[in-house]
Amino acid sequence: MKKSAVSRRDFLRVTALASGGFAIGYLLPGQAFAQGNLLDNTARQFTPNPFITITPENIITILAKNPETGQGVKTHLPMIVADELDADFSTIVIAQAGLRADVGPQFAGGSRSTPDNYMRMRVAGATARVMLIEAAAQTWNVPASELTTEKGKVMHLASGRSLTYGQLATKAATLPIPDEKTVRLKKEGEFRIMGSRVGGVDNPAIVTGRSLFGIDQKLPGMVYAAYEKCPVYGGKVVSANTARIKKLPGVIDCFVLEGTDNLSGLVPGVAIVATSTWAAFSAKKQLYIEWDETGGGGHTSEAYEAQAAALARGPGVNQRNEGDVDAAFVAAAHTAAGAYFYPFLNHATLEPQGCTAWARDGGMEIWTTSQTPGFGQDLVAKTLNLPKEKIKLNFVRGGGGFGRRLANDYMAEAAAIAVRTNGAPVKLTWTREDDMRHDCFHRPGGFHFLKGAVDAMGKLSAWHDHFVTFGYRGTEKPSSSAGMSTDELPSRFVPNFRLDQSLIATNVPTGPMRAPGSNGLAFVMQSFIDELAHAAGRDPVEFRLDLLGADRVVAPSNGQRGVPYDTGRMKGVIRLAAEKSGWGRRQLPKGEGLGTAFHFSHSGYVAMVAHVAITPEGSLTVKEVIAAVDVGPIINLSGAENQVEGSVMDGLGTIWLQEMTYEDGHAVQSNFHDFPLLRINAAPKVAVHFLQSNNPPTGLGEPAYPVVPPAICNAIFAATGKRIRRWPITKTDLSWS
Amino acid sequence: MPTYTLKVNGQARTIDVPADTPLLWALRDNLDLVGTKYGCGQGLCGACTVHLNGVPVRSCQTPVSAVGNTPVTTIEGLDPAGMHPLQQAWCEHDVPQCGYCQAGQIMTAAALLKQTPSPTDADIDAAMAGNLCRCGTYVRIRAAIKDAAARCHTVEAAK
Repeated sequence: MKKSAVSRRDFLRVTALASGGFAIGYLLPGQAFAQGNLLDNTARQFTPNPFITITPENIITILAKNPETGQGVKTHLPMIVADELDADFSTIVIAQAGLRADVGPQFAGGSRSTPDNYMRMRVAGATARVMLIEAAAQTWNVPASELTTEKGKVMHLASGRSLTYGQLATKAATLPIPDEKTVRLKKEGEFRIMGSRVGGVDNPAIVTGRSLFGIDQKLPGMVYAAYEKCPVYGGKVVSANTARIKKLPGVIDCFVLEGTDNLSGLVPGVAIVATSTWAAFSAKKQLYIEWDETGGGGHTSEAYEAQAAALARGPGVNQRNEGDVDAAFVAAAHTAAGAYFYPFLNHATLEPQGCTAWARDGGMEIWTTSQTPGFGQDLVAKTLNLPKEKIKLNFVRGGGGFGRRLANDYMAEAAAIAVRTNGAPVKLTWTREDDMRHDCFHRPGGFHFLKGAVDAMGKLSAWHDHFVTFGYRGTEKPSSSAGMSTDELPSRFVPNFRLDQSLIATNVPTGPMRAPGSNGLAFVMQSFIDELAHAAGRDPVEFRLDLLGADRVVAPSNGQRGVPYDTGRMKGVIRLAAEKSGWGRRQLPKGEGLGTAFHFSHSGYVAMVAHVAITPEGSLTVKEVIAAVDVGPIINLSGAENQVEGSVMDGLGTIWLQEMTYEDGHAVQSNFHDFPLLRINAAPKVAVHFLQSNNPPTGLGEPAYPVVPPAICNAIFAATGKRIRRWPITKTDLSWS
Repeated sequence: MPTYTLKVNGQARTIDVPADTPLLWALRDNLDLVGTKYGCGQGLCGACTVHLNGVPVRSCQTPVSAVGNTPVTTIEGLDPAGMHPLQQAWCEHDVPQCGYCQAGQIMTAAALLKQTPSPTDADIDAAMAGNLCRCGTYVRIRAAIKDAAARCHTVEAAK
């Protein structure tokens, strides 16, 4: 791997500024740029838009507008601004925005940060650059057309003169801001920062342990809180031994919060306020609470499985029916059938949920790791009946997101506790057990009862899926993230296609997790496509390329959400992954195999080849995963590769080791002993290849993840002849002879 | 509450906490050393790794009453200027994604390099297997440790 050019100057510059007496309002330790007046325009500094501030001291600050939870957005959005600005990225100060009205949508979800902000960031940088050039042109009395820029300077090559952006800031601040539409943007080949490798801007703080994350926040006079909720979702507090808890050492207060019915909001529970996290956690263990667990009975994983099998014997409700599936099966040369299952999953961010809140001045100030802080503000306003404008949100780094922090339940809890601490700021910290049991929405499980047919030409000719999924407390409609588009591949790519659907009522709230929907569906579809390729005796790569057919753009069907599917881009990454893995050209020893899979989600085209080795006793080693990705041009090569490498580990860990199960509505798993994460001694090598097509850049937090589970499982089949139809892999005996 | 004087990052620090308080929370809440992270509270994830007399331990499983005079080193004290070869290698390889586990990873790796100055992949995997990274930065952790090891040798050779 090439090394990325991370300069310690970033760190030093931030440090110098933070201690240099800059008037930026109330500062938290280590959070000098959380939010403040830094970006207010003044006569002395140049602030053509909310994203850029340049001072006469030549300090260039770029605003990182969106929440950072590890997806790299705090680095790569500012890179786009800096490139159009033509600044030296290694000397730029990055300021983390809080929630504000003038920077566009501020959320981390749907892999949207790049596509939604790419042009906004470019225009912001280019506008400032044009104004700095104009300031230099006026200063030197030369035409702007004779001036060029490079690394934070305007230059007049004819006379050999140059001025730094800082030297031009005061003059630039007096100029009219040009119409965005007239600003010239860089052309391909002119970019100097985008496409390079830049280390995360918080890396120096991370490796020295400085205060950075949600859990690190500390305010004067702060108290510490824990919150106990009903082990059955939607359960209520009947009674609690709050009087006894209040007498425990270090406990300041203990009270019941009635809460609301919104499971992504303030759910009922018992709050403990204490002088330290440990005092709160210790007291929590002494809680005795009588819960009303109505609604949990019968919600057991085994029962769900039996219900699914029974429903699969019925017809289900037809969702799509094209061609004549029955006739195609009669005419088929090869057929296959398989029942697939993927489980509920927990997001398991390594930083448990938590939030710091301070009720003061008739409002609330909050320090949050939320991926949707705007929704959090709405939730707190509604829960506490506060005006929205009285709720100030600061963004602090989240120790992992993966969709968990799209919900703001922890924010509502902290705010509801903060109004009862006599004006003291409060930091709420969840225990790991809280986090595991109260993932306020789980990745939904699902069952697929599949039949497929291949015709005499070796082409996929028919596909029938009876999808059994979950509805929250009813069978009217699939619960959040538990539905399936009728366009899900191979729909639209097979002439005879039928999708039927049945629902199981669950009391487990479900919702988005990294690549929602896709994260389970790709495992099923890409595994069963593999089954059919093998049934027909065809090469799995060739079979897939055939399935996609000619290069073309396939539109979403009427009434289906989605974006056009470019088969050429997909085939490009399938071929690239195959080529880089030596597909079809390698002789592997017995017990080793290659497997491939592809998937399109979040506008990203991804294919992978996994190489596994399995001992005769059934011990699995994933040796290498080769990924090919087309998300258009890459903005930060280091960050982008990191996302794909991480997706490989995430996908492998989840398909191999993880499931959430329930007994009478109680989550069974509680910590990393029974919900294991992948460890380094099981981590494969990863090779990432980008096919940087000339399409608008799209996000990469999600699209690589869904491809991993089927690639691994298809490789296991190639190695052993064992087909994994049940997630996690640990449920299948992989031994062979 | 009992009083404890801990030797943390070369300084004597006195705190008043219950005897069963894990070193983790004493560091974070009482001493404002928040680089050491809470992940599981059961010694399963390694995010809370610190050194006791140079040996990596899980601070969430170490009560302050058991620390005594043993010197404690946290991520903040590994190299206050952030110039430890591992810290430099971590930045150059752009290891972190969310970054939450990385202090623990670096502390475990620092102890490994003291014991095994030229670790193989197998040495790294064995030593680092107790430190979870939810984002999956393992490939880069391996590379950064090897690079830091090479740096240490270069420094040694120059002496």
